[in-house]
Amino acid sequence: MTADASRGAQAPPELVQLLTPEGERVEHPDYDIDLTPEEVRGLYRDLVLVRRVDLEAVALQRQGELGIWASLLGQEAAQIGSGRALTDADMAFPTYREHGVAWCRGVDPVNLLGLFRGVNHGGWDPAEHNFHLYTIVIGSQTLHAVGYAMGVQRDGAVGEDGAATIVYFGDGATSQGDVNESFIWASVFNAPVVFFCQNNQWAISEPLEKQSRIPLYRRASGFGFPGVRVDGNDVFACLAVTRQALKNAREGQGPMLIEAFTYRMGAHTTSDDPTRYRVQDELEAWKLKDPIERVRAYLFKNQLADQAFFDKIDAEADELGRDVRRRCLAMPDPEPLAIFDHVYAEPHRLMDEERAAFAAYLAGFESEESSR
Amino acid sequence: MTTLTLAKSLNEGMRKAMEDDPKVLVMGEDVGKLGGVFRVTDGLQKDFGEERVIDTPLAESGIIGTAIGLALRGYRPVCEIQFDGFVFPAADQIITQLAKMPLRSLGALKLPVVVRIPCGGGIGAVEHHSESPEAYFTHTAGLRVVACSNPVDAYTMIQQAIRCDDPVVFFEPKRRYWEKAEVDTSAADGWLPFDRARIVRPGTDVTLLAYGPMVKTCLEAAAAAEEDGRSLEVVDLRSLNPLDAATVTDSVRRTGRCLVVHEAPVFGGFGAELAARITEECFYSLEAPVLRVGGPSTPYPPSRLEEHYLPDLDRVLDAVDRAFAF
Repeated sequence: MTADASRGAQAPPELVQLLTPEGERVEHPDYDIDLTPEEVRGLYRDLVLVRRVDLEAVALQRQGELGIWASLLGQEAAQIGSGRALTDADMAFPTYREHGVAWCRGVDPVNLLGLFRGVNHGGWDPAEHNFHLYTIVIGSQTLHAVGYAMGVQRDGAVGEDGAATIVYFGDGATSQGDVNESFIWASVFNAPVVFFCQNNQWAISEPLEKQSRIPLYRRASGFGFPGVRVDGNDVFACLAVTRQALKNAREGQGPMLIEAFTYRMGAHTTSDDPTRYRVQDELEAWKLKDPIERVRAYLFKNQLADQAFFDKIDAEADELGRDVRRRCLAMPDPEPLAIFDHVYAEPHRLMDEERAAFAAYLAGFESEESSR
Repeated sequence: MTTLTLAKSLNEGMRKAMEDDPKVLVMGEDVGKLGGVFRVTDGLQKDFGEERVIDTPLAESGIIGTAIGLALRGYRPVCEIQFDGFVFPAADQIITQLAKMPLRSLGALKLPVVVRIPCGGGIGAVEHHSESPEAYFTHTAGLRVVACSNPVDAYTMIQQAIRCDDPVVFFEPKRRYWEKAEVDTSAADGWLPFDRARIVRPGTDVTLLAYGPMVKTCLEAAAAAEEDGRSLEVVDLRSLNPLDAATVTDSVRRTGRCLVVHEAPVFGGFGAELAARITEECFYSLEAPVLRVGGPSTPYPPSRLEEHYLPDLDRVLDAVDRAFAF
């Protein structure tokens, strides 16, 4: 039996949009943004560069240099818009697809490749860029973010110069218990956290109607905080809405749910084959809403950038792609005994014992080699 | 020296830790005003406030997940899981996140989170309130797993667990909460490291390995065996992961016989690890195979049957007889 998708939906969903797919600026009564031409060109550069890094990573996987890759294709505006809304003091908790947010936080793109190449499980210091490690199990990080935000509250890091926390998750994650628990926790403790849900319409092969009968942003009201749907392919709107939500959180107004309505233009990961479950027409329709093309159109129409600018960004993207490739290939495999490192922070005799035993075992091969 | 129950010793230990370090938090269901269903956190919220002793929503995964987040922000949360059988909704956060996040960060992150779990049976409770889930956690790398058996250790070990930079699953023998002992709450050092076992009764004929609630049972068995002229050595393991294997194997090499005693089902239980290790390391010292005394491989029974399920003095002595019969 299929649920009637219209049940429970009182009114058609509203969408905050500030830049149309054709590159026209539009007004919204609740959200606005004032960007200098320099800032708009900066956003365009971000969008193009993260798409280029993503493209390179897909290619690296196809050539066997990465075990798997989760592409952000189509979600660049949601990630750059929200990522550029963060202050240095803010903290971000990503899923495994937030390459654009990582870029905004200053994480070296090559660092993202380690876990996909299989040389580590993450391996950057979250405190260095206030960007937590990628979380693979769906939705777990929402609780970590709320706990972190509760810590911020206890530190008194509130107000204008305070620290807000943002946590990323997808449409599929909204079915997880942890995500729902995190909504409850954030609500009852009034935690300074922003829930940023990228609804990319697909949880691997399952469309949104397998997760929800109502638009996702409306879930928030049941938990006691506001929710809003934003055009996830509109970098201006994502920036404006997220900036406001973070400000509200810092100023003690509690959590907010942002549903960035977007589309996963690629496969779930490089191991996935979307032709088995979705039609090409859907993809073609979303291509017309491309997050980068509309900014390019806006820049062109308003004569804020010339061809030389676009050529320069393209050249920079190609150089970045080459650099990421070169450094990915140069990434060394870890030493075998690294298996035992960092399992515990304090000395642990079982680790010591097993490390020593394995080292002795490996040494046996070396002495065999040398005796030949 | 003060006479304290095991529950009160834990309470005093947590109080001391909270006084020593403002980053220590206590969180869980009913831990505030009520003081916990076993009153282990009694009075802490009154003295340290709602910001540090947090009555949480009723969701175990949320307790551990948010504790991880608080630890990432520099806090040292002590979480109470109300009963052993309620830990499973939090198992994903404990096993998948708490245990593995430090490694994921290549050591950049530390998660000093203590997960307190009242464990074991013997209190006539309904289903899910009498379980011994330690083996699930000893099998999970990244966690330390300890169990206290008496008020003196409860006072020191809870403080050591809170000070530890690794996540610690801390088992409390709920039917021993009301056991009393003289506890020295003035000393702040000179404690046995909390990853070390302790020989609580020296003996020469058989080594009994136990932890948590079964330590007392083994001590009773040792006293009874003495009347039969058998000298049983009782080792309180205290730490299950890491295991103090040196203390265990030294003892078994001296006695030549070994019993492992726990409430949890024998099959696939922590005793299996002990038996295998001892066999590997003490093979030529053994007069008999390592024998295991524990619960049957069934779910915990209704409470009218629990006295048959739980190892008691007679079951231990029966195994001692079998060890001598080889």
